[in-house]
Amino acid sequence: MEFLVASAIGIMTAVGLYLVMRLRTFPVILGIAMLTYAVNVFLFASGRLTIGAPPILRKGIETYADPLPQALVLTAIVISFGMTAVVVMIALGAYLGSDDDNVDDAPEEDTPGKGDAA
Amino acid sequence: MMHWIIAPVILPALLAPFIVLGARYHISIQRSVSIAGSLAQIAVALGLFLGAADGTVTLYQLGDWAAPFGIVLVGDRLSTLMVLLTAVLALFVMLYAIGSRWDERGRHFHALFQFQIMGIMGAFLTGDLFNLFVFFEVLLIASYGLMIHAGGTARLRAGVQYVLFNLLGSTLFLFALGAIYAETGTLNMADLAERVTLVDPQATAGIRVASVLLLLVFAIKAAVVPLHFWLPSSYAEAPPPVAALFAIMTKVGAYAIIRVYTMVFHPELEATAGLHGVWLLPAALLSLAIGMVGVLAARKLDRLVAFAVIGSMGMVMVSISMFTQDSIAAALYYMVHSTLAAATLFLIVDLVGARRANLRLSALPMIPGAAMISGMFFMAAIAMAGLPPLSGFVGKLLILDAAFTTPLMAWTWAIILSASLISVVGFARAGSTMFWKAKSLGHQSSADDTVAPPAVLSLVAVGGLLSLIVVLTIFAGQVHGFMSELSAQLFQPEPYISTVTDTPGKLSTPKEGY
Repeated sequence: MEFLVASAIGIMTAVGLYLVMRLRTFPVILGIAMLTYAVNVFLFASGRLTIGAPPILRKGIETYADPLPQALVLTAIVISFGMTAVVVMIALGAYLGSDDDNVDDAPEEDTPGKGDAA
Repeated sequence: MMHWIIAPVILPALLAPFIVLGARYHISIQRSVSIAGSLAQIAVALGLFLGAADGTVTLYQLGDWAAPFGIVLVGDRLSTLMVLLTAVLALFVMLYAIGSRWDERGRHFHALFQFQIMGIMGAFLTGDLFNLFVFFEVLLIASYGLMIHAGGTARLRAGVQYVLFNLLGSTLFLFALGAIYAETGTLNMADLAERVTLVDPQATAGIRVASVLLLLVFAIKAAVVPLHFWLPSSYAEAPPPVAALFAIMTKVGAYAIIRVYTMVFHPELEATAGLHGVWLLPAALLSLAIGMVGVLAARKLDRLVAFAVIGSMGMVMVSISMFTQDSIAAALYYMVHSTLAAATLFLIVDLVGARRANLRLSALPMIPGAAMISGMFFMAAIAMAGLPPLSGFVGKLLILDAAFTTPLMAWTWAIILSASLISVVGFARAGSTMFWKAKSLGHQSSADDTVAPPAVLSLVAVGGLLSLIVVLTIFAGQVHGFMSELSAQLFQPEPYISTVTDTPGKLSTPKEGY
């Protein structure tokens, strides 16, 4: 099971990093999503992998699941979900405004003004 | 238990929803609530600051849970100083945003502003690493909204870059936290400081990776080269009052580095010995050099100021990365100075930008009110470049003095001094092109003479920030004395740690509550 989880995190991170380095917004956002999945599983595994163990103290039980990483993961999932939604909206706005969804700086325009006349 | 320490977080957290829900269509109510909130924030921050000035460490256990189990807020000299700096900066930026009517150009400026303040204050006060992550996210998500305030294609594009870079940073932060938790089983900073000393010296690989990952995250926030790429575009394209507020955001990264790397992974710690000193100082020197070269190379005034921010953060990080008591004190003095100077410059850029066709460094007809604006630019540029008589010079002197006994002294001195020279040339070139050469071209055509003179509030804001820089210069001796005491407290973390871990609360002894 350790190998499965570790390789899953590794593959998702690799895929995420590759996608993040692309030039267009859509793959980059997918890459960020992959990375957040990877980090969520990683956080989950940071409390050690256990199967069928209770997280709450009870009499006569030796092995427990660590409840804290589960709480951390919940927080992380909510935050990354919200952030991804925000970046999708901003990217959509930028794309509709400039007809171009590259993530690098726009080539320096020769017309005066900062482009914020709107 | 004193409840005031959570007020800097609670107050904006209550004001922001009120502004959104109660005063959505009434800009004047929003403004007065915002200003009242900022004033109250300063009062609270001042109270906390004075309370911590004698070296007491205030602990606040949320929900009364004892330290490693519950989240704690901790107020010591460093935290309360940063809280006070944020509160003061926020008031002046808010005044400027109202005076220049930037807050009317999009919706929810004031609410987002309050959420931003909430996140920054929380990040300074928390004593728990995961909670620090949460407050980072609070301040970031508010900053995303502020960054694209008033819209515009260039701003949205820069916003996408900014958000993506920070999302990557957050992911890295989570990886670091997961690694730390897996190695030590705690995320409370004080508890962590005790547990890392127990790490088996034979098996330090995990904790070393975690410590470097964490340093990377904070270095992204502090815009240390080569992790600075998010800064120039986003600061230059953000609405100028927002960029001025963002001047404190890079300092959040610097604060986190000071906090974590003097208390938890301090330089003497065996498990991570010689890790951050080796990498941080060259990176900081590089950011100083690149930032100041950027000042010289910039073709627009807003980019110039953004690069000056990178350079001044480099200066702060050079001083931090020496990790001695003197150098941290010097870094803190310079940090306060550079926050004020950078914010002032961004506001002046807006004063110029509102009166010129563009912000390119080219000679255009003189702007109305040039005498005063150029005078303020001159003063802020002197402060930023670190020329006498203003506080930048004092700060730089302190940093040079702290570097005198370090092994890399020759490099540090050479780079600091030549970077200063380059930035002086850069600022001088920008100022003379924009204000001096303009004279020969005469005034702008009569059609543009209708541009209103700067609003009183805007001038109050810029003047207030400039006078704070002057105050910081005049009382440099006292301020530096305080910073030395602060730094001494950082290097004696035992009272902090024992306050956090030994204060009783729920679950502090297993038999007590259950």
